[in-house]
Amino acid sequence: MKTIKNIGLIIFLIGLAIFTALPVIGTYSLSSEQFSDFVDQKGIKSELFITDIEQNIVDKSFDGMLAFAPKVTKALENANALHRKNKEYKKVIYTKPHDMAAELGKKAGSGFIVDNKGLMWFLTFGLGIIGALMFILPNVVLLGQKGIKNNGIYHENATNRGWIAWLVFIFLVSFYLILYFRSEYAVNWTYLVDPISQSLSGNLAGQWFVYGFMYCVVMVVMAIRMYIKYRHNMYQMVRTTSVLFFQIVFAFLIPEIMVRLQMPYYDFKNAFPLDYDFFFQWNLKSLLNSGGIGLFILVWGIVLTLVIVPVMVYFFGKRWYCSWVCGCGGLAETLGDPYRQHSSKSLFSWKVERWLIHGVLLFALVMTGFTLYGFFAETSTVLGIKVQSIMDTYSFLIGAVFAGVIGTGFYPIFGNRVWCRFGCPLAAYLGFVQRFKSRFRITTNGGQCISCGNCSTYCEQGIDVRAYAQKGENIVRSSCVGCGVCSAVCPRGVLKLENGPEQGRINPTQVLLGNDPDLMELVNNK
Amino acid sequence: MEHIVIIGNGISGITAARHIRKLSDKRITVISAETDYFFSRTALMYVYMGHMKFEHTQPYEPWFWKKNRIQLVKAFVKNVNHQDKLLELQEGQSISYDKLIIATGSKPNKFGWPGQDLKGVQGLYSKQDLDGVEKYAPDNKTCKRAVIVGGGLIGIELAEMLRTRNIPVTFLVRENSFWNGVLPAGESQMINEHILEHHIDLKLATNLTEIIPDENGRAKAIKTDKDETIECDFVGLTAGVSPNVDFLKNSGIDIGRGVKVNRLLETNITDIYAIGDCAEQHEAIGYRRPIEAVWYTGRMMGETVAQTICGNKTEYKPGHWFNSAKFLDVEYQTYGWVFSERSKKDSEKHFHWRHPNEKICITVAYHSDTNKFLGINTFGIRMRHEIFDRWLTEERNVEYVMEYLKDANFDPEFYTHYEENIIQKFNTEMGTSITPKKKSWKRIFKIA
Repeated sequence: MKTIKNIGLIIFLIGLAIFTALPVIGTYSLSSEQFSDFVDQKGIKSELFITDIEQNIVDKSFDGMLAFAPKVTKALENANALHRKNKEYKKVIYTKPHDMAAELGKKAGSGFIVDNKGLMWFLTFGLGIIGALMFILPNVVLLGQKGIKNNGIYHENATNRGWIAWLVFIFLVSFYLILYFRSEYAVNWTYLVDPISQSLSGNLAGQWFVYGFMYCVVMVVMAIRMYIKYRHNMYQMVRTTSVLFFQIVFAFLIPEIMVRLQMPYYDFKNAFPLDYDFFFQWNLKSLLNSGGIGLFILVWGIVLTLVIVPVMVYFFGKRWYCSWVCGCGGLAETLGDPYRQHSSKSLFSWKVERWLIHGVLLFALVMTGFTLYGFFAETSTVLGIKVQSIMDTYSFLIGAVFAGVIGTGFYPIFGNRVWCRFGCPLAAYLGFVQRFKSRFRITTNGGQCISCGNCSTYCEQGIDVRAYAQKGENIVRSSCVGCGVCSAVCPRGVLKLENGPEQGRINPTQVLLGNDPDLMELVNNK
Repeated sequence: MEHIVIIGNGISGITAARHIRKLSDKRITVISAETDYFFSRTALMYVYMGHMKFEHTQPYEPWFWKKNRIQLVKAFVKNVNHQDKLLELQEGQSISYDKLIIATGSKPNKFGWPGQDLKGVQGLYSKQDLDGVEKYAPDNKTCKRAVIVGGGLIGIELAEMLRTRNIPVTFLVRENSFWNGVLPAGESQMINEHILEHHIDLKLATNLTEIIPDENGRAKAIKTDKDETIECDFVGLTAGVSPNVDFLKNSGIDIGRGVKVNRLLETNITDIYAIGDCAEQHEAIGYRRPIEAVWYTGRMMGETVAQTICGNKTEYKPGHWFNSAKFLDVEYQTYGWVFSERSKKDSEKHFHWRHPNEKICITVAYHSDTNKFLGINTFGIRMRHEIFDRWLTEERNVEYVMEYLKDANFDPEFYTHYEENIIQKFNTEMGTSITPKKKSWKRIFKIA
């Protein structure tokens, strides 16, 4: 069994190594026909750019994206600079330089990778999946009896912020940086999943399709790990299945299929303000121009945020969204599970959390106010501020850096819910409802707590669960996503996630159950 | 300002300190020779097992003590001079007090076994004990086998710990079934099976006679009363604990096995109190033992003594007995009194149900004449403390408990429920025809 695991690890690492090498290898050669098609298709009017590319790139062969991309970005930047200087605004190209490099790169890619997409898929994703499963599946036997399987978490390098954790951190951060800011280096990855993309939406894959596909693959593999680890705990089994279903069907398949059916790309479970660009002008316009389905999405999106989300939080707590439906939560609960113990439980972190998450919510709401005003008043400046620049700032700081690079990249160091805890504006909104008007709580079982600290240690949201449990108080906290792990790891059966009557949900106590009842009344009536 | 000094920073002492602070502005000092900060003793095992770091066992962040003006002193108290109200410290200094609370906890029992003080021979109680296990049994190369002596809660925890590092464990249990002085036979039997499932070499009805040293004064083997010699590198002595009160021998404070206290937790000396594991009641309360070495009772005594010290004289009146533990993967909870065959009265009858495959069972104790519900043990099923506490106060009979058993279930959502199976068996055995009532929030939370 151990051997199978080790072989699996090697296979996985081979797959990972090939995947990691892909951004910098491959051959790129752009033919003049390809380029002129591209120019027509994009409607590029800058003769400077066109000549530059024709002279420096067309009909030449480049080894690797590192040689190809700078030529494109430079050509674009030079051309735009000159056009701006000459006030030839019609000729300015508004595609961002790195996106342009990615688009041209996608056309120019040639050679082994492009000719053997299936094989390359197998050598990366295929080996990764097979290796990971070989590493995970033997645990059915190796982990032994049903029960809590946290042995050695703080002895293992990978789960105790050792060098492996730091390597994972660097890998994840680099991956997100490429995805958001240097998409030309993701071009080779897109080839691997082109066949899958074409079979779904009919289009070739872009970097976001790679991301979406990979997200699903990672979640499936790591969900299998969850199923094995928590096989004694039905709540975890059901919850993992739910989160997997919503990711694969709602976040991945339905939007792609909608594109094939000429409908707008839309994830029906992604609620504003997590879906921060829902009210952006381009989105509203695209929805309004998409006929019946566009209008339906518009109404659905508004009803989802204003009615469905809070009503469900009232009945079930914010867990129904954050740990049962949401994609960010889904990744956190599968890929992120080995790192859940790293969330800080200090009071200081809680203070930072409250300022940050509510700050982001405020930012999202103000930004949306501006965009909506701009949309209805048909102006691009509100109160002297360019609406576009607010949206760009949010997209960059919150959408890309916070949610992506920090949110997932920092899993191995700060735990798996950095984004959900400190940044997600939807979580902040759900949190208000959960804290002030909900039936959900984590019930503390009388006086049974022994202050061991397992619950606090394994709370991914950094809630000091023990602080409440050892006082006999129920846990009613806006940040709780109801993952249920505190209840699972409790050795004394103290914690239970419940949707019960609101009355008595918050129960501050002076004296714990078990001591004489007279004393209890005496103190409580004081 | 009155100066309250507490010796011992365990759950009793710290609970007392916290509650005195809640109720008053008195000066509070807590002295401990063990650690700088309060930690949860019950969680030491998880540190060795790698579930947590030692810091995680500390329920309060370091700033908490300063903020609440609870002064922490790391020192060992050598003697209590109650005439001058002075504590003499090992290091030579002394600390004066106005009121003293002794909360020094327990120490592992040693019954005069030859070799009991060798290196690699220890109990599992203190932080230092944890360090000892880490030193003498860090892995299965250094420690090729460990022997654990004494089949109680700490013994099985130590066995579980060592097994997580794949150290072969031999577990000597004096009784002919695990913990059957406390557990009824069916439950004890189930835990025997579970211990074997975890590849622990369980030797029942076996006693330690001698621990054999190597040339460096380290344990190398043990001998049993069955004339068996077992080679080992680590010996865990877990045959219970006794009050840690040796330093009080000549202090004039009345000592039995522990510090003798009355129901106000007062000792024979004015202004000196004792709480927690080290306190011994003059007369046992109800079915309780005079010395209760349990986390929960330590906490309750801490709450109680704080009231008395802050001017609200309060007797220690523990409510209905409850306790919990975990045997490897099986959680155990108990509410009320369920005695083992060895110690129960004839009038105490048991109803036992066990799952055909899983390690799940319950035992309900009731009075043979009145059918009054006396208590419940559950294994692998979590129960609601409030509900059983209420039923015990209301003196419900066993049929009522069965009928409303669903209200008491505290298992996580989506777990399989066994009330139907339990009640079916109950009906068959008792000739009753109880149908279980559906769980009701209204009843559970007493909402009109």
